[in-house]
Amino acid sequence: MRRALAGLACAAALLAGGTAPAPAHVSGKALLAERPALNISAYGLFDAAGRPAAELVPFAPATPLFSDYAEKQRWFYLPPGTRIRYTPQGPLDFPVGAALVKTFAYPADLRRPNEAVRKLETRLLIHRPDGWVALAYVWNEDGTEAVLKRAGAWIETGFVDAKGARRSVDYRVPNANQCKECHSRDGVMAPLGPSARNLNAAFAYPERTENQLARLARLGLLEGAPSPQAAPRTPVWDDPAETLEARTRGYLDANCGHCHSPTGIADNSGLNLNLEETRPHALGIGKAPVAAGRGSGGLAVSIAPGRPDESILVHRMASTEPGVMMPELGRSLTHEEGLALIRAWIAAMPGPD
Amino acid sequence: MKRLIIGLAGALLASAAHAATLAVSPGPDAQERLQTALLDAKPGDVVELAAGRYELIDGLSLDVDGVTVRGAGPDATVLSFKGQKGSGEGLLVTSDKVVLRDFAVEDTRGDGIKAKDSDQISFRNLRVEWTGGPKETNGAYGVYPVSSSNVLIDKVTVRGASDAGIYVGQSRNIVVRNSTAEFNVAGIEIENSMNADVHDNLATRNAGGVLIFDLPGLPVMGGHSVRVFRNRIVQNDTPNFAPKGNIVAEVPTGTGVMVMANRDVHVFDNEIDGNGSAAVLLVSYTRPYDDASYNPLPRDVVVRDNRIGRNGWSPGFPGGDLLLKAIGGEALPPVIWDGVTNFTPKGFSEPQVVRIRALDGPVLSLGLPAPGALMQANPSVAPSLDHGSIEEPQSVALPTDQAALGS
Repeated sequence: MRRALAGLACAAALLAGGTAPAPAHVSGKALLAERPALNISAYGLFDAAGRPAAELVPFAPATPLFSDYAEKQRWFYLPPGTRIRYTPQGPLDFPVGAALVKTFAYPADLRRPNEAVRKLETRLLIHRPDGWVALAYVWNEDGTEAVLKRAGAWIETGFVDAKGARRSVDYRVPNANQCKECHSRDGVMAPLGPSARNLNAAFAYPERTENQLARLARLGLLEGAPSPQAAPRTPVWDDPAETLEARTRGYLDANCGHCHSPTGIADNSGLNLNLEETRPHALGIGKAPVAAGRGSGGLAVSIAPGRPDESILVHRMASTEPGVMMPELGRSLTHEEGLALIRAWIAAMPGPD
Repeated sequence: MKRLIIGLAGALLASAAHAATLAVSPGPDAQERLQTALLDAKPGDVVELAAGRYELIDGLSLDVDGVTVRGAGPDATVLSFKGQKGSGEGLLVTSDKVVLRDFAVEDTRGDGIKAKDSDQISFRNLRVEWTGGPKETNGAYGVYPVSSSNVLIDKVTVRGASDAGIYVGQSRNIVVRNSTAEFNVAGIEIENSMNADVHDNLATRNAGGVLIFDLPGLPVMGGHSVRVFRNRIVQNDTPNFAPKGNIVAEVPTGTGVMVMANRDVHVFDNEIDGNGSAAVLLVSYTRPYDDASYNPLPRDVVVRDNRIGRNGWSPGFPGGDLLLKAIGGEALPPVIWDGVTNFTPKGFSEPQVVRIRALDGPVLSLGLPAPGALMQANPSVAPSLDHGSIEEPQSVALPTDQAALGS
């Protein structure tokens, strides 16, 4: 409550004072400096009131990774005069000097997402000449400055969930290697969110809602893009207009497919949950575990058609035990809505009898 | 051009510079200090872990080539993961030419030490242990190199793993030696891997001592060329405590050596004693699979010159008791082969020739017509089984500079 009041007081002071803080300007030089800045303010991404610089372009993937119910805001930055090159598969081709910016925050109450918001961390992916680099900055209590935490951090926090229940979270900021675990494709660091198929979805821009691929192409920020109808598309996991199959595959792709793909760190499992996978066994149907250990929960196969309770996939998504839970990074809570989707999908599969 | 020259000069400086030692000691914030050292280390550096107990709350990871992580001894430097809140393992290595030596990892929630996609990865004089003894809730693997090459595991002790204590998967060029695996489900397991020498180890008090497996549906398949020699594989008698669903849950308690679906496996000069189910089991993979390139049969297997003691008096596999009664006597023969021969590999028109040379008889052949077809067994016992000589794989040679790393 005190924090909420402080936030309001701060906003009120801004309004009353009438002197808005100077607008932020992104420092491309700071982004490409040899050593990462210790404080996020060095990059000029946000102004003193926390508003993003004008050069930052907001985006959101069609289906996001679940991150303990944190609200995520994403932007990208392009050096002046550069543009993104379209690629149908994998991440879009961002120029050197580009950066992806993602802020994780909790409103005190998820039912009022714009009030009493506490920023926890902002992650940067910077495209340097020798590849992408991941950096995590952890915000102070007031949300006025964030400091680099290369070794990661744990933050005890909490929120009121959509049903009005108090939830506490042992929120985890990943260390630099853990960023790589999910973000590596064949061992090379790469963005995950901004792919053609993830951006082939609507986004509510301040002036109107628009397909992101179409808008970026129209603004000259993206070259070589076909029309959205001709581009691949990740299904939106919570859109009731999509089929159960499509929603589930979109969800699995966003939440599991970064590691569980032929180019991801979990390739040795033989379980591929990326959108492109079509072989039933590789998707887990009737597939025995390989190195799951106690993660198997005493169950025989990843997916037992018609039987969610006998499916390791469900068991590991439901668990919050390290060594059992999946994904093994990036969450400490169960994503109830995601789990319900996977359960429904498996239940609807024709079983053996 | 200027940048290129500066870059070259930088590289020269870096290689000429003396390796740095990054010292870490136990105490508050050990997690952050140790992880920071693992991030800061440059190729050639040593991360030196002072003696003491490190209370860790999250997995650690190393992704820099050429780094040595060295403790003060496997009983002196202890990384305790009792309070671990995240990550699938205690320590994850994803870089090349890494040496881990002289420390212990205890009570991880998942695997102990994992190395993924690593070339020249050495585990030396380590201890990985679940201190509460064998439990289904212990992590799966103690040391776990996977999708790696040039793997050295030397003087490593693992206790309590709920899958395999020492597990090497989907890897090439492997040496496991002078190590001890006890109170695990499987002591030492080489799976879907090529060219491995497993020698001078002790595997005892596990459910199964040494497993050489090949499983379908994985990126690396077709395990072959494994030599298991001069090991003591004795008194493997801990009841199998693996969570069901895992392949090792099917390993009968009291198995000495088990070869499943592999070729060119040579088991010789070992002491194999006190294993209640069997000294040596040669079996096919029996679960359904849909990978046409997979061969589920053990073939070209040699079992010779082992010192075989008393084994097989209490066979823990399905039908074992019946078999014991049918054969009569106190115990099953030391070598048990499922006898499956009629498998036609992809691209062949005839079943392949399956050669078994088991000289440490007698040998019990179950005479199964197909993998796992126990109901149609046609058992027979012979003094030995000799389908002719089978060339022994060459000894595994690790890169010469790997031995010098981290010393």
